[in-house]
Amino acid sequence: MNRFDYVKPASVAEAIAAASAPGAAYLASGTNLLDLMKGNVVRPARLVDISHLTELTRIEHRENGDVRIGALVRNADLACDQSFARDFPAIAEALLSGASAQLRNAATVGGNLLQRTRCAYFFDPASGCNKRTPGAGCDAREGDNHQHAVLGWSEACIATNPSDFCVPLAAFDAVVEIEGPAGRREIALEALHLLPGSTPERETVLDPGEIIVAIRLPAEARAFARHARYLKVRERNSYAFAVVSAAAGLVIENGTISHARLALGGVAAKPWRAREAEALLAGQPAGPSAFQQAAAAALRDARPSGDNAHKIPLARSLIVRALAAAAQGTPSRMPALPASPFSSVPGVHQ
Amino acid sequence: MTPELNLSRDPAHLRHGSTIGQPLSRIDGLAKVTGRARYAADNNPSGMLYAVLAVSSIARGRVVSLDVDAAKAHPGVVAVMTSANRPPLQADPDGKPNPFAFRFEALQNDRVRYANQPIAVVIAESLEAATEGAALLAPRYQAEPARIGLDTGEAYVPPVVGMGFPAESHHGDAAAALAGSDKRITATYETPAHYHNAMEPHAIVAEWQGDRLIIDTPTQGLVMMRARLAELFGIAPENILIRSPYLGGGFGGKGLMAGAQVLGILAAKLVDRPVKLVARREQLYGPFGHRSPTRQTLKLGANAAGQLSAIHHHARIATSSFEDFYEAAAHVTHTLYAAPAISTTYDAVRMDTGTPLFVRAPGIAPGSIALESAVDEMAEACGLDPLAFRVKNYAEVEPATGKPFSSKALRDCYTQGAERFGWWERPLKPRTMRDKDGFLVGWGMGTATFHALMFAGQARAVIRRNGSGVVESGAHDMGQGAWTAFAQIAADALALDLDQVTFKAGTSDLPDAGIAGGSAHTATVGTAIHNAGAAVITKLAELATSDQRSPLFGAGNAGVIARNGRLLRRDDEGRGESYAEILARAGLDEVEGSGAGMPDPAANEHYAMHSHGAVFAEVKVDPDLGQVRVTRMIGAFAAGRIINPKLVRSQLIGGMIWGVSLALHEEAIIDHRSGRIMNANLGEYHVPVNADIPAIETFTVNEHDPFVNPLGIKGVGEIGITGSAGAVANAVAHATGIRVRRFPVRISDLVPPVS
Repeated sequence: MNRFDYVKPASVAEAIAAASAPGAAYLASGTNLLDLMKGNVVRPARLVDISHLTELTRIEHRENGDVRIGALVRNADLACDQSFARDFPAIAEALLSGASAQLRNAATVGGNLLQRTRCAYFFDPASGCNKRTPGAGCDAREGDNHQHAVLGWSEACIATNPSDFCVPLAAFDAVVEIEGPAGRREIALEALHLLPGSTPERETVLDPGEIIVAIRLPAEARAFARHARYLKVRERNSYAFAVVSAAAGLVIENGTISHARLALGGVAAKPWRAREAEALLAGQPAGPSAFQQAAAAALRDARPSGDNAHKIPLARSLIVRALAAAAQGTPSRMPALPASPFSSVPGVHQ
Repeated sequence: MTPELNLSRDPAHLRHGSTIGQPLSRIDGLAKVTGRARYAADNNPSGMLYAVLAVSSIARGRVVSLDVDAAKAHPGVVAVMTSANRPPLQADPDGKPNPFAFRFEALQNDRVRYANQPIAVVIAESLEAATEGAALLAPRYQAEPARIGLDTGEAYVPPVVGMGFPAESHHGDAAAALAGSDKRITATYETPAHYHNAMEPHAIVAEWQGDRLIIDTPTQGLVMMRARLAELFGIAPENILIRSPYLGGGFGGKGLMAGAQVLGILAAKLVDRPVKLVARREQLYGPFGHRSPTRQTLKLGANAAGQLSAIHHHARIATSSFEDFYEAAAHVTHTLYAAPAISTTYDAVRMDTGTPLFVRAPGIAPGSIALESAVDEMAEACGLDPLAFRVKNYAEVEPATGKPFSSKALRDCYTQGAERFGWWERPLKPRTMRDKDGFLVGWGMGTATFHALMFAGQARAVIRRNGSGVVESGAHDMGQGAWTAFAQIAADALALDLDQVTFKAGTSDLPDAGIAGGSAHTATVGTAIHNAGAAVITKLAELATSDQRSPLFGAGNAGVIARNGRLLRRDDEGRGESYAEILARAGLDEVEGSGAGMPDPAANEHYAMHSHGAVFAEVKVDPDLGQVRVTRMIGAFAAGRIINPKLVRSQLIGGMIWGVSLALHEEAIIDHRSGRIMNANLGEYHVPVNADIPAIETFTVNEHDPFVNPLGIKGVGEIGITGSAGAVANAVAHATGIRVRRFPVRISDLVPPVS
């Protein structure tokens, strides 16, 4: 039991004021934060409970075609919103592949964006972790690092971002709406998370007191609805974090790809948008050769951070599969096991 | 309501004869699903305080300081128990009075022997205050390098393995036989440490009433625990009452008294108030036992026709730095396949972990996955179908001893299991089956085996004046259905309907039921109940046949049978009277009999006693991504007499899921530098979830065993794991052509180097 202040502001403005104090943390459903507090991994001085702020719980389908999702919308509610799932099927699939039904019912989309890494050394207060305690060293570097990063890591930190949801959000150009002491701003989701560099303790660009109030998907992202998938490889068939995941979206005209979106999960400290691969795909026939070129490009800079070299060929194969699955067409119904490779069809090569 | 519906709802109307054999639902099922079943930690005696363990974050060294003052200053904290102030024990926690008494930590000094070892207990008015008090202790350590892994330190040959088996055993000359074999394989398999991970954590509510001790705690061995506590606290066993009506899973983890339970009792003594101590999930990965990691090397030899000539099974295992327990991983090879020469050998290292102990199917679970993998590898080397190879090497007598089996219907399991699975359609060559979507498909099988043990247990049976019965035994329901199965045996033992019998179990003041482990509980306690029932019926018969007013007068014991609450003349079933009538005329309120269950030394001398089975598994593997799904499993088992087919099915399915877990999921990840377990929680320590488990079909084949015990019971608690783990591993190899020898099989083992 950590001694901390608990405040329950009546509005976003009050919340920002309350959370601008040093050591403050926002509390939504707490599916991640409370675990970390119980384990003495984080000890905030003040919890600013925003879970009752109904102004943040709406899903708005706007006239211009954008969808604006309040930060406190529950993962399960968003995934089950019929028109959202129709327009952004890969995002719905990613949501439904995460955690368990109980957690999805509780967890919020804003909280999902800010969940912490599952690196066991981060979770273990007795281990050295630069993210938890700057300068303490990284015990994962020479420890059990079978599931750690292969892209964008540094000697200071090899942890990955565990979110499924963020992967298709990055692919489909989601925008994060932020309010803070200095006012309101918007950034691309892709720019929200930071690579570790020499400051792995700094995980996002949010400044003290800043709060995510909404996530917005641009109307253009709906163009990929007919060819969009999220696939997730994991060590058990449900309730496990991704070893590697991929979100793919294509616009195909007469067999040729006109636009492509691709992002990876489980490989880096942030959802990994593969822009070079996207560029390679555009203008090519939707087929194995293009997919393999894209996969190779996406992993060109990958290198193992430990006992995890397998993630590189795995990510390449998964990209090929996700692109092939997307090209084949979004399933007419959500698969019984969302994002499972067993809900896709192999056969790109035998 | 239609009469037909009525009939189908109440199987009692349809029953002819025995209650044993009926697929009854659990007697305690409703209480459990409605939350009314009271587990140990549900008890809150008045005035109770909460105790929380503070545990070590180093694996080896000593505690240099604890900030006891800071903890005590926290509001609500009543006391902090450390090695400096804990009440005395009358016996040394590091003593070894008997082989089942394992050394434990009860704050006897400042030494740390493994990570998560208790180093203090904080006692407070609330759980929250005790938890924060424990965090405020901020221990400082003098740490020494942790010794972790199967290559740490000098390996040595342990004195004995398991519960007293020789560490080296030779039947024939395996080395010479291997040298002369046409086909030889050598393969090394590794299994990781496993933790029990029962849903219910270890918990104790302890209350001292003078020198009388009342405890609520889950245990698989009430009377053994009581005896150990009596010795530790220097009080008579009769002054200790342990209540353990339900366990939220045991799996061997609650078989023996654990140090943390003693700490709960000591805490209650220190503050002179009732105390509740519940271990946190991560604290279960230390002081409560686990399964040792193993590295097993199998050398198999066979002649050109595929007849095994030799098996050498060597196991490297680990124990703790301060205690000896050696997972008997190689011993499964003694019983399963006929080979003229069989050797089993062991060596061991000492690691800075808690002492490894019994975990469901001790020895056999890791041993079976290695042996079944190796047998498949040899079958492949011989160009034979894995099942055909096993049948070819079928052991008609126990290979290592030459004893005949008391019963062994394994051939029926093979035949019927294979038929239901469609096994004979299986192509020999691996990586040749695909489903319509292109996923690799593999079929694998494994032979299941587990010894049919009995311990010693007692029961008491009473017939009351109203004709109803009471049967008592301090038996343990770990979730396996003991309440129900024993009530069924009790009903038959007293020749009464189930609703006429009250069965009492789960407290230490009842007759000693031995230990619920080794898959022996039903056989042991069931036999005791059967004999207690026979004893009380004998007394009733004596009353009736010696009383001139009874229609049974003069019939003699041998001439009387019991049925439906009545005694009848064997030569004229029209003549008889009810239990109630006999007792009323005799002026007795009740009549009582006792019975024991224990192994028959003569039968054990002459026969090898084992359950058997055959498990068939189908897996699908993504050819590009390496993800595995088990899609079909069929288990055929021969386990003697089946008391309750519904409960048995659940036990077998549960065991088979555990087998899937062993093959594909379970692994305690220990940091080799710190000795800390990095996935000490149910999120990261994977066991299968629903999506990992297909519809599992199990059945038992008819097996009559006249030698194991009077009821012919062999036990089903553990056998489901054995065979199943190997079947899944073999199916993965068949699907992919990749033989993974380190378990669990992971995606990294199967993902192709580049697509």
